[in-house]
Amino acid sequence: MVLNNIEKLLEKYENGETSLKEEQVLKNYFTSDTVAPHLEIYKPMFDYFLVNQQEQFTKDVPLKTKRTFNYKWPSVAAVAVLVLGFYFKEPIVSSYKEYAYGTYSEPEKALNEVTKSLAMISQSFNKGASTVGYLDEVNKGASTLGYLNEIDNATSIIFKN
Amino acid sequence: MTQAEFLNIVMPFKDKVFRLAKRILISTEEAEDATQEVLLKLWKNKIKIAEYKNVEAFSMTMTKNFCFDKLKSKQAQNLKIVHSNYEEKGTPLQKQIELSDSVNWVAKIITELPEQQRMIIQLRDIEEYDYDEIAKMLDMNNTAVRVNLSRARKTIREKLTNTHNYGIK
Repeated sequence: MVLNNIEKLLEKYENGETSLKEEQVLKNYFTSDTVAPHLEIYKPMFDYFLVNQQEQFTKDVPLKTKRTFNYKWPSVAAVAVLVLGFYFKEPIVSSYKEYAYGTYSEPEKALNEVTKSLAMISQSFNKGASTVGYLDEVNKGASTLGYLNEIDNATSIIFKN
Repeated sequence: MTQAEFLNIVMPFKDKVFRLAKRILISTEEAEDATQEVLLKLWKNKIKIAEYKNVEAFSMTMTKNFCFDKLKSKQAQNLKIVHSNYEEKGTPLQKQIELSDSVNWVAKIITELPEQQRMIIQLRDIEEYDYDEIAKMLDMNNTAVRVNLSRARKTIREKLTNTHNYGIK
């Protein structure tokens, strides 16, 4: 009876009509030791399926948790630095302006200071200019060289050329 | 998603992916590489995993496509030696020894089947998937799966009978 059933199942099996449960029945039958001699041909087939079910993947898979660089927070920080930079730049500029307009509050005092410093500048300028006076001596020397022309004239008369 | 969560999802079917890859590519090393690639691809797209209805079926389809790509690529040309199982085409003495080893014969017969049938045999008889699942994985319809499966099973049986009766009838 069992054998009859198995044969029917086999036929269905070959036509691709068996359900998974029926196939399990076939597998159990053929992997057992009591297989009818005329069906023994099927045994290696089911044995093979069983053996192949055990095969396992043993290689390691290198799963790297790659951290992607997040541009959000660095950019926020950069903007903050820029804004702070502009904010703190302002006081430095104003202090510079103060310095540029001078520190004297009374105009008279300022005038005195200016004349004083201008006088000092002209004094030292004159000192420098007076030494330039010696250049006159050079001119004198150069003018005496003019007599060399006379020598030239004399020689031209002598050789008449 | 952490590594542990990912592994929990992937672990149950990683062997199935490997066996399918091996069924298509034949070589164990190639299948290992393919499995690794498939798992890494899943890992890279781990954000999308939640969207997949059936991660396992999706992975099997991915494996199938990846292996076909591998076979098509130029690199696969170098695999021919591995594919032909040249050590089994040895001397007649070796053949005689193999005759007794029928399980090896089944392996060889399945290797000689067309790719489509090989995959279906793998998915149905070894991994025991539903017809509908197989159809989805392989982008085929239910009937086509059954027809191919039936052909494959009949071929295996016929060839086994032939080898069994070799020299007798």
